[in-house]
Amino acid sequence: MADLAISPQEMQEVRPNLVQGNPSYHDLTEEISSITENLKATPMRWYVTTSITGAITGMLGLMLAWLVYNGIGVWGNNSPVFWAWDITNFVFWIGIGHAGTLISAILFLLRQKWRTSINRSAEAMTLFAVMCAGIFPLFHTGRPWRAYWLFPIPNTDLSLWQNFRSPLIWDVFAVSTYFTVSLLFWFVGLVPDLATLRDRAVDKVRQYVFGILALGWRGSVRHWRHYELAYLILAGLSTPLVLSVHTIVSFDFATSVMPGWHTTIFPPYFVAGAIFSGFAMVMTLLLIARWTLHLENLITIKHLENMNKIILATGSIVGYAYCTEFFIAWYSGNMYEKFAFMNRAFGPYSWAYWTMFTCNVFIPQIYWSKWARRNLIVMFIISITTNIGMWFERFVIIVTSLHRDYLPSSWGYFHPTYVDMCTLAGTFGLFLTAFLLFARFLPMIALSEVKGVLADQKHRAHAVAEVAGD
Amino acid sequence: MTNSNLYGAVGSFEDGPELVEAARAVRELGYTKLDAFTPFPVHGIDEAMGIPRSKLGWIVLCAGFLGAASALSLIWWTGTVSYPLVIGGKPLFALEFSIPVTFELTVLFSAFAAVFGMFALNGLPRLYHPVFNYTKFAGATDDKFLLAIEATDPKFDAEQSARLLATLGAHSVQLVEA
Repeated sequence: MADLAISPQEMQEVRPNLVQGNPSYHDLTEEISSITENLKATPMRWYVTTSITGAITGMLGLMLAWLVYNGIGVWGNNSPVFWAWDITNFVFWIGIGHAGTLISAILFLLRQKWRTSINRSAEAMTLFAVMCAGIFPLFHTGRPWRAYWLFPIPNTDLSLWQNFRSPLIWDVFAVSTYFTVSLLFWFVGLVPDLATLRDRAVDKVRQYVFGILALGWRGSVRHWRHYELAYLILAGLSTPLVLSVHTIVSFDFATSVMPGWHTTIFPPYFVAGAIFSGFAMVMTLLLIARWTLHLENLITIKHLENMNKIILATGSIVGYAYCTEFFIAWYSGNMYEKFAFMNRAFGPYSWAYWTMFTCNVFIPQIYWSKWARRNLIVMFIISITTNIGMWFERFVIIVTSLHRDYLPSSWGYFHPTYVDMCTLAGTFGLFLTAFLLFARFLPMIALSEVKGVLADQKHRAHAVAEVAGD
Repeated sequence: MTNSNLYGAVGSFEDGPELVEAARAVRELGYTKLDAFTPFPVHGIDEAMGIPRSKLGWIVLCAGFLGAASALSLIWWTGTVSYPLVIGGKPLFALEFSIPVTFELTVLFSAFAAVFGMFALNGLPRLYHPVFNYTKFAGATDDKFLLAIEATDPKFDAEQSARLLATLGAHSVQLVEA
């Protein structure tokens, strides 16, 4: 048997530990909880960054108030481009959210243990991204105080019901279900960690707040068995849910008769793009959090490299979809389709098209190199270019199809206004503020799950040592 | 101290496998009312303590069917009974255009059932529990693995049960008040 045995060192090379530095369970509790507990230890740069992003969020409030006061005319969308900046932003933010659910649900079902260090922050990111996404269609309606008309609530001021044949109403159901289920999933994951914070709390306020939020969780074995099953079921439900959300978002386009939109490739192409951009956003946030909060032992290069592999895979799927669209436009023999695609690549918006193509298809190819996948600076830059590219993808799809519709007399060119731009910037402010507050006040790493991974790791090391000792 | 005002005897272990061994030993001695408190799910403990599988799946399945039925009846009733309105020459009701909303509501109802069903089966929220009187309880959400023999167990004897936990290797064994 001796020739089959491998030493612990060899084991590390084949399969590096997901938790580095060999901490005890208590070290983990200490490391993660102390970030949320010690006000004085909060770095100055947290206060500075949060004030800046908070101010940008304030600007978002002003822009939305200005829109409500004046009407939709303060935005640049006008005939023929009625869906412009705001729907681009809506699809962009919804897509960002998808990586969070992918990490928490799909990787859980696939038993990818490396997800445990990043799932909590990815799920939080999903929630904040969906909030940002919701702002755009809500205010695009022009009368956001009538938003309850979107839901089948019996009321006297509107004696009609919703039109369930319309993909726009499907979208309302998909996005609101997605937000609710993501919130439940996130909260269920948090409960055991909230109990940890409760039991560590020394001042009355924290004892009360976490005492109530933890719902009296006591980690009983009888509770864990229901808990683990509930978590598994939620993962099983979220997996088809996340695929359905971007599928339904793509139906908003695909069920129309616009050239460049009316295509069956949209659902898979949108889902792949969503995961691509979402992973890039998780990467941006994690690299910043890892650097500012010193989480190198928990968010290891192995975690980051795995994410970069997913970015490479989904980026290539997106590139393949771009080429397929072109091929089908030519192969269909439909002159409107052919025109729409030639116009995308070589028309007035060719600058946007080639920005998209470069950022999404060419740049991520550098990840074929292992050096690039493990280089922090490279991955930070690519995480940002990817999101620039994915924003332009939605812009290209929406604006280029609309600005040259079937009636040449109405052709036009879309110009965003300062309100458009400041609203988009404002949602970034909201997203980052929410994330910074989350990172400061709640455990950013799923403690109970990482402890489970650590326990496996300890027992595996034990088993390897025993075999090697024989 | 009589048994009536006791919750039970509680001791703490350093790691999961030790807890599983101890729980198995205590059960083999004929104790039935055991509980354990751990910072993360410890595998093998359910079987060692003889805890059956969770019934949560059935609750979620029923909720899922309810969600699908609600969505279909909503779309059918609003479109054909309450306010029939022909749009684009399409039928008042058809399964095809009902699928997306039906799917979403199935997921929504199931997720609510999974979460609230889980809390209900666990008897949560319940902000107070006698085991919180164990002075080292904070360890159960940090790095300790607690085993409790409850006072309601017919074999429970304050002194003997506490000694049993100590001989199995438990630290800080205490008799905890109800």
